[in-house]
This record gives sequence, structure tokens and C-alpha cells, in this order.
Amino acid sequence: MMMVKKVGMVSVGITKFMRRAKETAKELSYYAAKMALDEAGITRKDVDGVIIGSAPDAFDGVHQKHEYLTDGSGGFNKPSMRGYVGGGTGVFSPIQGWYSIASGMHDVVLVTTEEKMSSVLPSAQAAFLTIFDSMIERPLGPNLVWIFALEMKRYMEKHGIPKEHIASVSVKNKSNAIDHPSAMLGRKFTLEEVMNSEVLCDPVHLLDISPVADGAVSFVMMSEEKIKEFGISMDDVAWVDGVGWNVDTTMWTNRDLFYPKYVEKAAKQAYNMAGQKDHSPENLRKWLSFAEPYDPFNYKELHHLEGLQLYPKGKAPEAAFEGMTARDGDFPVTPSGGLLGVGNPIAAAAGMKVAEVYYQLTGKAEKRQIPGEVSRGLAQAWGDLMQVGTVLIMKGGRVE
Amino acid sequence: MEVRGNKLTSDEFFNREISVKHKPEIKYAWATGVAITKFLAGLKEGKIIGVHCNHCERTVCPPRMFCEECFSPMSNYVELSGTGIINTFSFAFIRTDASRRDNAEIPAVIDIDGTTLEPSGFLHLIDESVPHEKIRIGMRVKAIWKDPEERVGDITDIKYFAPMEDN
Repeated sequence: MMMVKKVGMVSVGITKFMRRAKETAKELSYYAAKMALDEAGITRKDVDGVIIGSAPDAFDGVHQKHEYLTDGSGGFNKPSMRGYVGGGTGVFSPIQGWYSIASGMHDVVLVTTEEKMSSVLPSAQAAFLTIFDSMIERPLGPNLVWIFALEMKRYMEKHGIPKEHIASVSVKNKSNAIDHPSAMLGRKFTLEEVMNSEVLCDPVHLLDISPVADGAVSFVMMSEEKIKEFGISMDDVAWVDGVGWNVDTTMWTNRDLFYPKYVEKAAKQAYNMAGQKDHSPENLRKWLSFAEPYDPFNYKELHHLEGLQLYPKGKAPEAAFEGMTARDGDFPVTPSGGLLGVGNPIAAAAGMKVAEVYYQLTGKAEKRQIPGEVSRGLAQAWGDLMQVGTVLIMKGGRVE
Repeated sequence: MEVRGNKLTSDEFFNREISVKHKPEIKYAWATGVAITKFLAGLKEGKIIGVHCNHCERTVCPPRMFCEECFSPMSNYVELSGTGIINTFSFAFIRTDASRRDNAEIPAVIDIDGTTLEPSGFLHLIDESVPHEKIRIGMRVKAIWKDPEERVGDITDIKYFAPMEDN
């Protein structure tokens, strides 16, 4: 491992997640960034560098969103940077925060992940078309749900997975979200409701998909020296333990969609950085207290748990169906409520997952707090043309 | 914990609160490049073209100018058969703009016979008139082409893929 500075997350700011926000993208960013600074007990003057994460410009119809979002994210006249890896962005942004500090470049970094999906008409689907290959895919008139349906079908077929097992993830996450103050959805759904909801692209039904949203999430990250200098309690710190990211090609029809190899590679990079060399599912589920894998669709949570090596291939669906991944289960998964429950403002949605890792590790998850000792958690996001995996592992402020 | 944000209803957003609308008028024309030009020219001739990596000894489709694995140039283009198997498929009831359709389109990934990377093929459609219960992963299919005079060098020169008799 290279010589790097130890980096801690010291606060989170978050907005409501809403189908249509009155606030502009910049104003949402301001709410989140300001809240994160206030929670950390610092001001914008203390910030050395700013990271901005936001997904395709096409959603906002504003080109170079980074420039537009800079002042709302606290970046006015400061070194700021936008990294963009599609849906993987929300986890990649704090990774960028980590290396800005770990490298010795900055000591205090303000990270904001933001998305406004309500601006594009008639729906975000039209903008999603632009991620498909322009020459041999777009002429066929695809939409984003097609490729998820194709991937889900392949995954189910490969392992003989019953749809009920996958649908149970929607039930769990939407129920967990009831306790999240930012959540769009505020009620329980039954397995029957999910199973019988409208078929969009078989096997994908309406309640298998997360609702699009507007929202923003921010973090303050600091070097260990700065944390001590500001006198921040170790109870309020989550240390970055491991980071990883990986990108496959856009030629998604040239890989077997049943398994996300790029997520495996990203996860192993993060585990190795954290000094965890035993990548067996049993060991990893003991080492980690919980996980927040990316769940824009219910099957993706399961698919990602397998890519993350937390369950053997094809074994996550049954574990979820049997309640092993409930908030009070053997291995809690998505205690936040996830994209399926809290909502899916793309970059901010994955930011919300990172926020949940912070809240759980610092005991600030309120009604969502996982019972028992919580020492280490993982957030993962995924994006682009089913090709990006980003992984962030953090541990509690007092965990060695 | 207090979180901020003001929700707008659909009515407020479109009719009562202020929203400013803009419809960009932008068009693009993409040069199709060295490899995809070969592929599209092949489609016009009623042929599916792949490419062979002489270093990795693998044949892939759609063709590309370089091997993403060994990063060697690839120029050994090969004609593949117009047949393959269904790798995965869906019955799609929504269009690109999220509007609904009554009869499903059937998008599928077709692994093209003669390729050696698994899977190796492209996105296309299955004949909509095939009864849904007959379609399955692993089913052998063949390209159904437009008439030669209708073909323009586009992915839609293949009308769709249809099940073969030997299934």
C-alpha cells in the first residue's frame, strides 16, 4: 500500500428526496452542503477543496453541470472538480474526496452529490436513450428498462431464481425507508403488490424499480490531523478503510450479464486496501457489519451482493427472501431503505447510501439504527451501460 | 433530523409555479468509424461481420478496430453466419419515452454463431408474432433480412431474428 494520509468523514448533509423539487439543482446542493458544514461545526472558509458529483447533463439540459453547481456546492473560488461515472458517481465522489486528502493535496474537502431528474420531459427515459450505442443500438428504439430486463432475465435463468425472492427486496427496502427522513415513499408494500404491479418489460414490473427523484447529499471529509485540530469527537468520525472502482466496456452484449465482474474487481480492490485478504462470503459478512449495495432495481441489490463477494453466485435471492438481509437480520442490507424506498436522484441516491454508512457507524441512524455493534460498512454504486462498479468501505471512529 | 426541500405537485410544476421551458433543436451525425462501417456495409450485403484477434485467437461481434484485452490492432474481418442463439430477452411494453404499448416488442441479445468470446453478439429484436411461451434463452434463431433494395447499411437492415426450425 502506498503512503497515504488517513481520511475521515465527519458529517453529512441531506435534502428531502422529491419527485419534483421547487428548488433548483444549485439550491438543493446548497441545502446539503450547508447542512454538512453546520453538522461538522466548520464554515466554507475551512474548506480546501470541493468535489461535485452529478450524473448526465442531459437530465438537467444544462451543459457542464459542474460549473453551474460549483457555488451551490461551496466551491466558489476554490479548487473544485466533478467526477462522473453514471450511477456509480455517488460513491465515486467521496472516493475523490478521499484521494484529494490521502494524497496530501487538501486537508478539508466538501463533497456534494446532486441530481434533479424532474427537468427533462416527458420523462428521464428520453435522456437515458443517449447512453446507448449511437450506431447499432439507438436505431432499434431501446429504453433503459430493456437492458435491466435483459440482465434480470439472464440472472434469473442462470440460477433458476423465483421472482418472489427478487420481489422481496422491494418489500424490505420500501419498508426500511419509512424511517428515513428524506424518503419519498412512506408506506409498506406487500409481496403481492410488488408481484402484481404493472409489467413494464417482463420480468421487470413497476414496483421492481426505484422512483426517480430530485435531491442532494453532501459530506465533509478531513485528514486525521485536521480532525484532531478541530477537536472533533471520534464518535462523529467514520474512517475511510477501502476504496475501489472498475469499468468494463460499453459493449455490454459481449459479457454475460448474470454476474457483474467489474463489481467484483472494484470490491476486491477495496477489501485489499483495507487489509482484508480473505474474500470468502462468510468471512466478509462477519468483517462487515452491513452493506448498502446499489438498488435502482430490486434484483440489482442481489446481483451486487454477489459481485461484492458477500454471497456466493445465485445465493443472495434466497437469503433476502428468508429475511437474512433485514435490518435486524444476520447481515443487514440497505437499512436506509435504498433507492427503492428513499428514491433515486442518481448521484445523490448513491450519496445517500454513503451517508447511511456514516450514520450507522456513528450511531446517528435514529430509528434505522442496526441493533448491536456496528463497526464497518460498505456502500457500492453502479452505472453507465451496466459497466461501472464503485465501492467505499468505512469503519467507526474508534475501530482499529 | 430536519431535512429541507419543497415538493411541487405535477399541477404546481406545470401550471401554477413558474417553470421555464426549452426544447433544444440539436441533431447529430456520427462517422461510424473503421470497424462499424465494415459491419454496416456487411448488413447492406445481408452479411454479419465479426473480427478475429490474431493475438488472443478470439472472434468477436460487433467488430472493433482493436482488441480491448491485448490492445493489438484487429483487421482480420470475418463473415459470420446469420444465425445464433438467444442469450436473454424481454417482453417490452414501454417505449423510449416511457409511453405504453399493448403488444410487446421483444428485445434480445443474440449470440452470433462463429464467435468465440462468450457471449458475443448484439442487441436486436425477436419476431413479435412468435407466441411468447415459445421463446426461451438458448433458442436458435436466424436473421430475417429486409429485401436487398430496402437495405441501407443500418442495424435495422435485419428486420428481426426468428426461431429456426430445428428448435
